[in-house]
Amino acid sequence: MDLLLPAATSGLVLGLVYALVALGLSFIWGVMDVVNLAHAEYLMLAMYATYWLWALGRIEPALATPIVVPVFFAFGWVTYRLLIRRILQAPLAAQIFATFGLLFVLRYAAFFAFGPNVYGIWSAQAAGSTSVLGVPIAAPKVHAALVSLAAFGALSLFLRHTKTGKALRACAQNREVALTLGIPVDRMYALSWGIGIASVALAGVFLLPFYQVSPTIGDAFLLVAFASVVLGGFGRVDGALVGGVCIGLLENVLGTLLSPTFKFLFVFVAFVAILLVRPQGLLGEGGR
Amino acid sequence: MRPITRRQFLQDSAVALASLALGDRLAAVLAGQEAPIPIGAVYPLTGALARIGAVIRNAIELAVDIVNTPYPDLNLPLARTAGLPRLGGRRIRVVWGDSRGDPATGRAEAERLIEQERVVALIGSYQSAVTATASLAAEARGIPFLNAESSSPRLTERGFKWFFRTGPHDITFTQIMFDMVEDLKRKGHRILRVAVLAEDTEFGATAAGVAKGFAQARGYQLVAMELYTSPPSSLTAELLRIRAANPDFVIGANYLVDAIVITRTLKEMRWFPQGFLTHAGFTTVPDYLNAVGKDGYYFLARAPWALGIGRRKPLVLRVNELYKRRYGSDMDEVAARAFTGMLTLADAINRAGSTQPAAIQRALRETRIPADQLIMPWRGIEFDSKGQNRHATGVMVQILEGEYKVVWPFEVAEAQLVWPAPPWDRR
Repeated sequence: MDLLLPAATSGLVLGLVYALVALGLSFIWGVMDVVNLAHAEYLMLAMYATYWLWALGRIEPALATPIVVPVFFAFGWVTYRLLIRRILQAPLAAQIFATFGLLFVLRYAAFFAFGPNVYGIWSAQAAGSTSVLGVPIAAPKVHAALVSLAAFGALSLFLRHTKTGKALRACAQNREVALTLGIPVDRMYALSWGIGIASVALAGVFLLPFYQVSPTIGDAFLLVAFASVVLGGFGRVDGALVGGVCIGLLENVLGTLLSPTFKFLFVFVAFVAILLVRPQGLLGEGGR
Repeated sequence: MRPITRRQFLQDSAVALASLALGDRLAAVLAGQEAPIPIGAVYPLTGALARIGAVIRNAIELAVDIVNTPYPDLNLPLARTAGLPRLGGRRIRVVWGDSRGDPATGRAEAERLIEQERVVALIGSYQSAVTATASLAAEARGIPFLNAESSSPRLTERGFKWFFRTGPHDITFTQIMFDMVEDLKRKGHRILRVAVLAEDTEFGATAAGVAKGFAQARGYQLVAMELYTSPPSSLTAELLRIRAANPDFVIGANYLVDAIVITRTLKEMRWFPQGFLTHAGFTTVPDYLNAVGKDGYYFLARAPWALGIGRRKPLVLRVNELYKRRYGSDMDEVAARAFTGMLTLADAINRAGSTQPAAIQRALRETRIPADQLIMPWRGIEFDSKGQNRHATGVMVQILEGEYKVVWPFEVAEAQLVWPAPPWDRR
């Protein structure tokens, strides 16, 4: 019992962080059916941006949000205009290779620009600790978890209650019909890339106070982000939330109680089992 | 200008012509000396490891200079004399071969040095994989091969007759951790339970296996052994489990990114064992302390060598001064090991009193260099039947006040080892 509670609490917090990382991936995937394999590289670049703002400008990560997030929104928009738009009608394999190529371009650009060194920040904000259900958890992790919940809430409200949000959903449901209704589908797609990349940048900003950055750091999060999206269910933004939390809990609780060495084995056995029963994911609505 | 007489002109020209015609050898004889003894050195001088190759080259050339010219105030083998006294003061000379970091090229270079350059012995080759192939060429031709820097234990398990290693190997690095703990127990600390936290590829998994073997052989209780995939998104599950097992000390084999996660997670859990001993390469990288600041204090790491031992061993600082004057930077551990290897080889050639490979091999087997003639933290150099220096060891460094300080072996320590590490709320 003295293991279960700390494991479950950190699992929940970690799961919310995973969900925040997966949010943008899920959103782009849901709106336009493009799997962005370079997703975690944007996370890495946002962490570098946050790091340099802290190191050179002494800007605390949370205060860097209004700088980093809009910049990455534009970055996502530009990525769509320059690359993704050209491969929308291409076969699935071409799309996969294009984003896979993008992964390497971004990663080695980071190697070129920043070298292989590892950077992390060490500040008052990073040092604090809070107590959740009596379990000590690093304050920045709790902040990231709360930001995750807020981001999911905000995106959900945006999609349900604004005209643009409804237009985005229309594009996701049926591109052709959306076109005939006069929705500027191309702009909506660019917008979804902007939002998707901005949200992963938000994850990067709040990850940096407790996780260090190096050019290959995306590897630690890409698989987990994919699993969150698939497990939670395609086409629903809150699917990533449920999926992320499930993975965080499975990893930490089963890992701690049984064997940490096999923690991802447990996660992926559960993952396969759930998909056998519900191929559309936990929250997914029917087949596509 | 004084006019040159006809006689003088003829004399001078004759000498010059003779020197040109008969080459180095006659010139040397005229100068009262024989040609220097050629020693082959195979290292990665170009390619990805060229930077390390350059450091090694500097260290070896400094060692050669110490052998060839008198340094009356240095207590190193062959420092006080010029050249090799038992060979009539003959000098030594290094013939370089470039492995480019590649095992096949390394072997070809070793063959070239033996067959074309007629070297009497070889030294090399930094990477274990290249040392393995280059030493094969020496073994086949009966030429002594001295290795100073490669750490694969397998190299001295091959039963080679011509292979000698002065430096420590990977198993030694785990051994020194347990040796340090033994010393602490002798000082009255109660230490019984050990946990291992390692990444799950060759580096970590091998180190974890070796740690397990030592724990069993020396009567420690291995209470947890956790392997993970690097880079980890989180190590909370692993460390919760290790904390629950309540070890007295933890041995880690982790990469830099993992070490940062470990440090932060331990702090988050407000737990720290009596000691956290790591195999990590992060000991030499400032990135670690930049990322974790004070939270990184009290971690212990093993190192083959550290400049800090100079505080108790002035010889180290004297050699470092010479090195720094020539090359503009401090010696690092690779330089120290290569330097020591070259001096050991020169010492053997001198005692052999001959350039015959078999005589040099015999002299290497009889090597007895005492601790006070070494810049290493070792009790000396003596080879066992497999060619491994039985005294090769390393040091333990601890991060204290933002610096890596040598804390063990106690006789070369520059700072007092902090054990047990203070709990988080008293730092």
